Amino acid sequence: MDKIIVGLKRVVDYNVRIRVKPDGSGVATEGLKMSVNPFDEIALEEALRIRERGEAREVVVVSIGPEDCQQQLRTGLAMGADRAVHVPHDGDLEPLAVARILLGLVTREAADLVILGKQAIDDDCSQTGQMLAALWDRPQATFASKLETSGTTARVTREVDAGLEVIEVDLPAVVTTDLRLNEPRYVKLPDIMKAKKKPIESVTIASLGVDPAPRLRTLHHEPPAPRQKGVMVKDVDQLMGTLRERGVLG
Amino acid sequence: MSKVLVIAEHNGNHLNPSTARCLSCAAQLQAGPADVLVLGHGAEAVAREAAEVAGAGRVLLADQPAFAQPLAAMLAPAVAELARGYTHVLAPSTTFGKDLLPRVAALLGVPQVSEVMSVEGPRKFRRPTYAGNAIITVEVPDDLPVVATVRNASFKAAGKAAAVPVEAWTPTATAPTHTRYVELRSGGGDRPDLQTARAVISGGRGVGSAENFAVLYRLADRLGAAVGASRAAVDAGFVPNELQVGQTGKIIAPEVYFAFGISGAIQHLTGIKDAGTIVAVNKDGDAPIFEVADIGLVGDLFQVIPEIERRLG
Ligand SMILES: Cc1cc2nc3c(=O)[nH]c(=O)nc-3n(C[C@H](O)[C@H](O)[C@H](O)COP(=O)(O)OP(=O)(O)OC[C@H]3O[C@@H](n4cnc5c(N)ncnc54)[C@H](O)[C@@H]3O)c2cc1C
Ligand SMILES: Nc1ncnc2c1ncn2[C@@H]1O[C@H](COP(=O)(O)O)[C@@H](O)[C@H]1O
Repeated sequence: MDKIIVGLKRVVDYNVRIRVKPDGSGVATEGLKMSVNPFDEIALEEALRIRERGEAREVVVVSIGPEDCQQQLRTGLAMGADRAVHVPHDGDLEPLAVARILLGLVTREAADLVILGKQAIDDDCSQTGQMLAALWDRPQATFASKLETSGTTARVTREVDAGLEVIEVDLPAVVTTDLRLNEPRYVKLPDIMKAKKKPIESVTIASLGVDPAPRLRTLHHEPPAPRQKGVMVKDVDQLMGTLRERGVLG
Repeated sequence: MSKVLVIAEHNGNHLNPSTARCLSCAAQLQAGPADVLVLGHGAEAVAREAAEVAGAGRVLLADQPAFAQPLAAMLAPAVAELARGYTHVLAPSTTFGKDLLPRVAALLGVPQVSEVMSVEGPRKFRRPTYAGNAIITVEVPDDLPVVATVRNASFKAAGKAAAVPVEAWTPTATAPTHTRYVELRSGGGDRPDLQTARAVISGGRGVGSAENFAVLYRLADRLGAAVGASRAAVDAGFVPNELQVGQTGKIIAPEVYFAFGISGAIQHLTGIKDAGTIVAVNKDGDAPIFEVADIGLVGDLFQVIPEIERRLG
């Protein structure tokens, strides 16, 4: 295969606890640590491994969003991606718009494989890969925990509710990653230096002919309802007593 | 007039309980009985089961060899074709629904609402973002059909009712050949289903090994409970992946949830926030799990569990 495209979304780091703005207008993200969506790091790691096995020639990382997304693309280049494409956009994007933008890039680049995360940990939508596959009229293999490529097909093990499902798809295809697919490599300092010289191309949404305006209206944000304060018990007798009081042990 | 289509989930023999939960979400749309679409091969028994769930007005059975396995690429064109006649299309927010419905939405050219946790109006829903730390209210504009996945843990299963008719339906779309099913490997035996069990016994890294999990399985069997786990326990190979509870595993709402040797990372807590009673046993009194537990006990799980069993008699 020739080319693998990987989506890297810039998101609030998974270790940061976000806060809903008191007026319900959104989530306060200013000044928070931002990172590559964890599932996307896994997607890139997998693409790099495929290339390192000699089964692909080039890995291209793509990020759609504000200027600062270039930081995440630099991380991707430092991990080992060959090239980066930034599609500038300020403001919210729905997965359908992201899928349409990716479709434009994927056809332009004639990608053989697209690897995305199974979900972005900010919007938690879990839609983009499936939507891209539909628009592209190609197979999808979501929630992958194992990916084996061989020429024109891929065999993918998927984490489904009932266990592990194995499917085979023809390439080109879209794969979305689950956490157990691999463990992403650490970026070393010399790689960060080298990555500075790699190109980041900028492609406008307009040139892809996509309307990025969200269609769903987000009316309100709220923090989750707090749970009632619990009790600490000192031993198993008290534990059993409290469980019986609450009627949960029958 | 609203018209609701619910996509049934099943394993070829039985309807998945998530379908009845979708139907109770559908009932809150105040659109009258919903049509239920069963896609399968030799799935008449499933269709008959679906016909007896309260809230179903009619069951459409699309029976084809291509639908023998739940592959989104095979099913989506048919669902999209039928969906054009509806104002609302719902599927469960299980791996089945999450895989299928976005593909349907894209074929229809409309956005999707993921993980509906409450219905605020026929076109207005609440759903979690940021691992459940920000709940948003979204509205679907009038000119678009509502395409949404329904969070299992947020809706009670609709009960049984008198059977409604089952009608055959044949899509004109032909299924693609680019996607082939190979196999399903299932680690679980015949224990209660994690997503619908009344009680769940979960273990984390603190359990220490696959062998040690036997202690949890034994307690679960005593209580008729399902077994769950943290991601750390799954990653360490103590238990199979389908037992993972949390943001990226299963989101569950049992009446009672026991967390043994689980620290309470926010990604884990996302999966259990809707549980009735959370019981936490951890030897570290500062573990964050105690901040959400209804009943907390600082102690060693290997001493606590045998003592619980003894008191169960
Ligand atoms: C993007 C992303 C998604 C994630 N999704 C999930 C998810 O869906 N579900 C999930 O669970 N995690 C998820 N995680 C991982 C999560 O961040 C934590 O790493 C994980 O939940 C920790 O598991 P744990 O509590 O079992 O392990 P630890 O945090 O290591 O805690 C083990 C606990 O066991 C206690 N202990 C040890 N021995 C004993 C004993 N003998 N008796 C009693 N207590 C004992 C310790 O005091 C400790 O509190 C995700 C992470 C990321 C980055
Ligand atoms: N703005 C974006 N830029 C690049 N990739 C994205 C973007 N949004 C979503 N993706 C990809 O789509 C995956 C799923 O996102 P979502 O459907 O929003 O949960 C992510 O893990 C990314 O791989």
